[in-house]
Amino acid sequence: MEVILGTWHWAISGFLISIVMLVLIYFGKSFGMSSNLRTMCSMAGAAKFSDFFKLDWREQKWSLAIVLGAFVGGFIAFHFLSNVTGVNLNPETIQNLSLLHIDAPNGKLMPDAIFSIATLQSPKGFAILLTGGLLIGFGSRYAGGCTSGHAISGLSNLQFPSLVAVIGFFIGGLVMAHFILPYIF
Amino acid sequence: MELTRFFLIGIFFGIVLTKAEAVSWYRIYEMFQFQSFHMYGIIGTALFFGLLGIQIIKKFKIKDYNGFPIQIIDKEKGFWRYIIGGILFGLGWALVGCCPGPIFILLGTGTYAIAVVLLGALLGTYIYGLLKDKLPH
Repeated sequence: MEVILGTWHWAISGFLISIVMLVLIYFGKSFGMSSNLRTMCSMAGAAKFSDFFKLDWREQKWSLAIVLGAFVGGFIAFHFLSNVTGVNLNPETIQNLSLLHIDAPNGKLMPDAIFSIATLQSPKGFAILLTGGLLIGFGSRYAGGCTSGHAISGLSNLQFPSLVAVIGFFIGGLVMAHFILPYIF
Repeated sequence: MELTRFFLIGIFFGIVLTKAEAVSWYRIYEMFQFQSFHMYGIIGTALFFGLLGIQIIKKFKIKDYNGFPIQIIDKEKGFWRYIIGGILFGLGWALVGCCPGPIFILLGTGTYAIAVVLLGALLGTYIYGLLKDKLPH
């Protein structure tokens, strides 16, 4: 039981993620989460303002079902399959974080410094969350995919555009983590 | 009901990603600091078995659930969209430590602040829709 309650090993996790992708392929679909953002905009009526959202969201119900399932999965994993022994970071990372005034994990998935209700109620905290979302939403649509669509599905299918996208992900991530976060926190 | 299977796949996906901690801001930060193999191990292993699975599908011309030959569509041709879009996505990924899938999973774990990230992501998607014809692809 401890094995289930703690952090799952990367090899098992990676293998299971590949199974998700392959099972979806078997059901005639593809593994990609960012398209749901576009579907949601369409459902909200964005087609009035841009042809990009002129799609029949009903054809994407299968993907929305995955999203709902993912939400439930997060709930189940957090409430029933976890204890506080997880998120065992490299001690050096925890030190780096304290220099940024970001709290150590202590078993939490997300730092309070960014995700607590108190933080989101502050202008700066809210701005960080919103900006992060804007970058993810805009970036993933512009690149036509996110980590699931490009890093996992695209690279598994040896797609050069996905390699370019993943290189982009890393350039952006490294710049943010090394040069920008220290200015923000 | 056909949607049930996708709902169940989603639950499985949500559980795996949460237990793997791939939804954790901390793990993403650690990854970009190159201070742990964990996230690289997850992505690398997923790629290894994904590649293997797709090669097997292609070699043995495996059919899908409905009996149709499986055709995995190639990504659209382009360059600027992938590198610029990728960099912008990466900036956001490192800032808030999540990508679209984890956004929904984290809401399930009770990280309500992610709702603001989701709002931003929807806005960002919308803005892309408005601007796309003016952007290099």
